[in-house]
Amino acid sequence: MRKISRLSRFNIASLTLGLAFLYLPILILVIYSFNASRLVTVWGGWSLRWYQELFSDRAMIEAAWMSLRVAISSATIATLLGTLAAVALSRGERFRGRTLFSGMLYAPLVMPEVIAGLSLLLLFVALNAERGFWTVTIAHTTLTMCFVAVVVQSRLGSLDRSLEEAAMDLGCDPVRAFLAVTLPLIVPAIVAGWMLAFTLSLDDLVIASFTTGPGSATLPIRIYSEVRLGVKPEINAICTLVIGLIAVVIVIASLASKLSSSQGESAAPL
Amino acid sequence: MTDKLPRTNATAKAARGDAHPAAGEPLLRIEGVAKTFGTFRAVDGVSLDIKAGEFFALLGPSGCGKTTLLRMLAGFEAPDEGRILLGGKDIAQALPHERPINMMFQNYALFPHLAVRDNIAFGLKRAGMARGEIATRVAEMVALVKLEGLEKRKPDQLSGGQRQRVALARALARRPQLLLLDEPLAALDKKLRENTQGELMELQRRLGMTFIIVTHDQEEAMTMASRIGVMRDGKLAQVASPRELYEAPHSRWIAEFVGDVNLFDGEFKLRDGHQLVIATQGAGTLVVAEPRERVGESHLSVAIRPEKVKLSRRGPVGEIGHAVAINSLDGVIADICYLGGTTTYKVKLDAGGMMQAAVANSARLDIDAYSLNQHVVAWFTPDDCVVLPS
Repeated sequence: MRKISRLSRFNIASLTLGLAFLYLPILILVIYSFNASRLVTVWGGWSLRWYQELFSDRAMIEAAWMSLRVAISSATIATLLGTLAAVALSRGERFRGRTLFSGMLYAPLVMPEVIAGLSLLLLFVALNAERGFWTVTIAHTTLTMCFVAVVVQSRLGSLDRSLEEAAMDLGCDPVRAFLAVTLPLIVPAIVAGWMLAFTLSLDDLVIASFTTGPGSATLPIRIYSEVRLGVKPEINAICTLVIGLIAVVIVIASLASKLSSSQGESAAPL
Repeated sequence: MTDKLPRTNATAKAARGDAHPAAGEPLLRIEGVAKTFGTFRAVDGVSLDIKAGEFFALLGPSGCGKTTLLRMLAGFEAPDEGRILLGGKDIAQALPHERPINMMFQNYALFPHLAVRDNIAFGLKRAGMARGEIATRVAEMVALVKLEGLEKRKPDQLSGGQRQRVALARALARRPQLLLLDEPLAALDKKLRENTQGELMELQRRLGMTFIIVTHDQEEAMTMASRIGVMRDGKLAQVASPRELYEAPHSRWIAEFVGDVNLFDGEFKLRDGHQLVIATQGAGTLVVAEPRERVGESHLSVAIRPEKVKLSRRGPVGEIGHAVAINSLDGVIADICYLGGTTTYKVKLDAGGMMQAAVANSARLDIDAYSLNQHVVAWFTPDDCVVLPS
């Protein structure tokens, strides 16, 4: 018994240290966003002054709005395409080059962002596309689509094939069987995939800075360029807001995937 | 089970407006059906007729092709060769939803996102039935499989036995001409399985429906089916009633696959009226009844079921009826296996072989029991022996 309690004390200590290492910087940032002082490193008492100033900063608000629009549209397109790719890969007939195709789909997972961004920039320049909202959205779609496909495909893989067969046996054609049985069962994975794509798009700096054009900076680009001129307390405030938003999205995504996996257990009772 | 009986098979069929078999025609005719996966011939030229109202079992070891054959009947696989005629119409290439056949899956395949009621109603909605009629039919099915009060539960809130009932109700709800059951009881424990066997049989009789069950459990097939098709390596080895399969197997393999058996290889010596004399290895010279179908070779096997072998201390006793010759072999008890209702003795014969004898424990006290190394006489009549090509 003593051994166990000593061990657990060690565990508590390492857990505390680990969490502190991860979250102390963020905590300091959040606290300093409520600092009354103009100097970032000097505590001058509690205040909401920087939030006020933030909301009167047109450029910052526009960048935030741009980021939100890009994140929502790219996540939606990526979810649609990623789900279709996952369905084709796990449900379709075994076609030639299928392994190569699925390998290529997942390549962006490991591709350095700088390379992805540069190649997309070259493509847009070659196509003579006007860089702005749509180029960033397309770039983010290609980045996040594979994440959606991974999430949805793993869910499809754990689904019992005989469920679709049972639906067909009971009078559904293959398309109907997919819509009536498979789709409702993979919805949690699709939702989780969307959330993942949304957060990835929201905090991307590298690819966005390659593919965006003048006058359409996303929030990370805006923050990065502000910080280069010196950290303003206003930055702390916007970062706190972004952290809050992402935390909410991640909590929802993990709840959705938890729901998805618990339903998976009942899908395959044997 | 319930007072409320579903409509009879005839009216159900009329309601569906499907093609019926003409009088005397089988409901289902399988003609030379074959299916190859890669280089593996899973089903190899199977022909079979199944009459309306039959409870047919496809029995065989795993990998014998029985499940593939069933999946071709359901429409999940298309045969490479042959025809499948249902009521005279070839359905071999029809898709699953185009067939008036339903299947109960081995793992039940209940839709986890739907309640019991919606699982049962699933096929009815697809058939475009009116809402009121669906509700009536679902209530009927729920009563039929005794699931009252559980209609709103999700599959993961049910026990294994309850899930099995939901799967059955869902497959029966559309009143198919043919119900396929893929190892329907494999996931249940022994006691529940035995009860469910009885219920399935009663249900089949009352509904007058045609059932085809796939199983690897020969006891299950014998208990439930009116006819059994034994499959081996993609072919039908024998199609017969349970009794015929057990008492008159066509081959050594079937004799060994269905139940326990004593097998002795031997050579044909002479014919004496309707009896043959065979010199066996291990059991001396045996007198056996002449088989109905002539066995051409001189090398034969003699098969005797353990429960046909009687044991006594001195020699054949009791009424033997009209049997003129008795096979009587001396030996000693080599092994005793007490099973409750019966005891299986292994007798080491003086002639060299080993003979199993299953003796009913008809008395509670063990005054009649034999002990290890005791000298006994094992005896059986010529009619108890089956002669098989070796």
